Amino acid sequence: MTHLIDMADIDKAFGGVVALNKAGLQLEAGEVHAIIGQNGAGKSTLIKILTGVYRKDAGAVRIGGQETSISTPREAQDAGIATIYQELSLVPLRSVTENVMMGYEPRTRFGLIDWKEAHRRAGEILQRFGVDIDVRAQLGTYSTAIQQLVAIARAVSLNARLVIMDEATSSLDDQEIETLFNVVRELKRDGVAVLYISHFLDELYQICDRVTIMRDGQTVATHKIPETTKLGLISEMLGRDPKEIADAGMTALSGHNAEPGEVLLEAKSISTAAGLKNVSVSIRKGEIVGLGGLLGSGRTETARALFGLDKLRTGQVRWRGASASVGSPADAISDGIGFLTEDRKREGIIPDMSVRENMTLALLPKLRKFGRVDRKREKELVEDFIKSIGIKTTGMEQPIRELSGGNQQKVLLARWLALDPEVLLLDEPTRGVDVGAKFEIQSIIRDYVQRGLGVLLISSEFEEIVEGADRIAVLQDGYTVSELVNPGVTEEALIAAIAHHHERRAA
Amino acid sequence: MTTGAMLNFDKARIAHYGGPIALVAILLFNVAITPNFLHPQTLFVNISQVATIAIVAVGMTLVIATGGIDLSVGAIMALSGAMAPLIFLSPYAEAYPTIGLTAAIGVPILVAFACGLFNGVLVSVFNVQPIVATLIFFISGRGIALVLTNGNLQTFTNPAFSYLGTGKILGLPFQGWLVAIIAIAAWWMVAHSTYGRQLLAVGGNERAARLSGVPVRKVKIGAYVICAGLSGLAGLIVVAINSASDAARIGNLMELDAIAAAVVGGTLLQGGRAPIFGAILGAVIIQLVKYTLLANGVADEVALIAKAAIIILAVYVQQARRE
Repeated sequence: MTHLIDMADIDKAFGGVVALNKAGLQLEAGEVHAIIGQNGAGKSTLIKILTGVYRKDAGAVRIGGQETSISTPREAQDAGIATIYQELSLVPLRSVTENVMMGYEPRTRFGLIDWKEAHRRAGEILQRFGVDIDVRAQLGTYSTAIQQLVAIARAVSLNARLVIMDEATSSLDDQEIETLFNVVRELKRDGVAVLYISHFLDELYQICDRVTIMRDGQTVATHKIPETTKLGLISEMLGRDPKEIADAGMTALSGHNAEPGEVLLEAKSISTAAGLKNVSVSIRKGEIVGLGGLLGSGRTETARALFGLDKLRTGQVRWRGASASVGSPADAISDGIGFLTEDRKREGIIPDMSVRENMTLALLPKLRKFGRVDRKREKELVEDFIKSIGIKTTGMEQPIRELSGGNQQKVLLARWLALDPEVLLLDEPTRGVDVGAKFEIQSIIRDYVQRGLGVLLISSEFEEIVEGADRIAVLQDGYTVSELVNPGVTEEALIAAIAHHHERRAA
Repeated sequence: MTTGAMLNFDKARIAHYGGPIALVAILLFNVAITPNFLHPQTLFVNISQVATIAIVAVGMTLVIATGGIDLSVGAIMALSGAMAPLIFLSPYAEAYPTIGLTAAIGVPILVAFACGLFNGVLVSVFNVQPIVATLIFFISGRGIALVLTNGNLQTFTNPAFSYLGTGKILGLPFQGWLVAIIAIAAWWMVAHSTYGRQLLAVGGNERAARLSGVPVRKVKIGAYVICAGLSGLAGLIVVAINSASDAARIGNLMELDAIAAAVVGGTLLQGGRAPIFGAILGAVIIQLVKYTLLANGVADEVALIAKAAIIILAVYVQQARRE
């Protein structure tokens, strides 16, 4: 049987880091196929190989049974593959017609563009999708949804056989999503295949026929949608078997806790422009509060709001029972709050600065002595932290960029611990570090918590949250939907809590 | 593999010692070719001419260290240079010379600070691209200076004010000492003060700096204010040297010389580094190249091409350093 697209045994590595390992994907004409997986599972790498953005290291790509090697996006387009990105690649200041017909404009006898004909054709193409707009108007005057539909219309007018939609709905409202889905169904009727990438599982059940799950650069499974459950999909995405959960090992985060103390930091029904709808969470002295949820559920956004990075729309943040006006990171830091960010490279390290300078960055105001940095105190402090948390470096003057990921993370953790904070917000504190460093970082955190530190823990590794957190606030699409309390929380229970609410909301 | 490593090693060495090597090469060339190069007068001429570039280059280095750039330095020089004679030639200042002199130095520098504040606020609060924000004064600053003076050349005799440009301490030009003091103060600030550390952090990774509580806006504004203040001072020196003020010419193309000096001195345009003494060295190299060509009868236009060649070389060396 010939597949429309058949990718088999695709390998791809970036500078020694394996991104894809014998990954595969089969698409049939006229099907809507979803591809899901955690961040870093290899979804986008696989798609970028299909669309000619990256070159595969090994494996085969067959289109309609023919082995092809697509090496530029242009070749992909000629092969009938169109990609609709989240950020549109159209020209907002030109008319709808120009955007639809760009490069393929009908000509008059004199070689000039036949505008009358162009407008007519553009209108016709759009009407097929139930979009009735003035094609002479500037594209930019229409909503994102319409613009997305125009992008699709253009793709179809170029005889696309496969339309790839990457997070197409993430900026659309419910009604716009419905219009988009109608278009997808229309494409399906015409025998066009749609490859659909989304973090929202509910959408899969509304329009997809099949789903391929990826994890750690491999294709885990392909299912027919009606034969799946959300719980099943989530556990396959995370690679967790209910049986395996029972005898899962302990992480270094867990440990018996004394009764937590008074409430330090509290969010009450907060919402932000960044996507929080209604989140309430509190962090007490000497406890770890985990934030559970899938990608896009609002975990990082909650930490950002608590740290004063995103303005609150509604609700309030309270610090030690009093309404706090956390307007900037500097305010939060002076209250005693630290925020270890997820993206070490972009939001953490100053690459060209030394270990010492990186570690004391947040502490600078306290090291100031008549405008001067108190070098003696600084050096003692850095020396102490290098020893006490075991940072492997040739010396405190070594540029931080030369350290391994785990050791960079320890320096950044020390940046906050040096402040002697009361609350730490930790976003993926052990992501991208090796097992040894991970264990050490977890022990350091637990150690400080036992001495009274309050921690908000975000982690995509459910094991870390389930075993490490004393309480888990479960987030979904910007809402806190439930709270689980340890002891007694299992990974299965957490996954169920997340999936359960998904199902209830879908119902 | 080994050849590659050796090449890299050599490149790194060139990157590190490129400035001093270039300086020595130019000096040796001049000793051999240029008539009277070892005469003390040559030294004085060069010091007094390099001083303004060096002072502005220090400010420019600080701004570039934040990842920005300041195109308005030349125009701010013109503005402050045009104001000073207006003030000390006024009837009031003639009557009270001491107050007049103080105001003639203080007011232009304060105005320069205000221009820097404007630049800094545009860049850090309103997030205007530095090149666009400072273009405003680049264009209008000189215009304001010309309006203030009606476009006239102002000449004057005021020994006290002229000391800025013609005075000597221990036989060396006053502005040479001024450069030394400014450079040492700026170096100390970068290397030892909390502000300096924050400045480099903002240039090195602005998002990380903000998340660590660094007052990014204030830090950036500070850099633009210092740069503008130093430009104002440089404008006064130019006027003092000439005993005349021509708003159309003071600080003309200074922004390019200052940027070139900073780049030759090893400042990375993407920010995060502020080699103050490197900038001084860069200014000296540029000045010497200009002087060499001039002293050997090469036309001014050709000197401009030589300057471009130096910048290309410096950028090439920087690329090597980044590898």
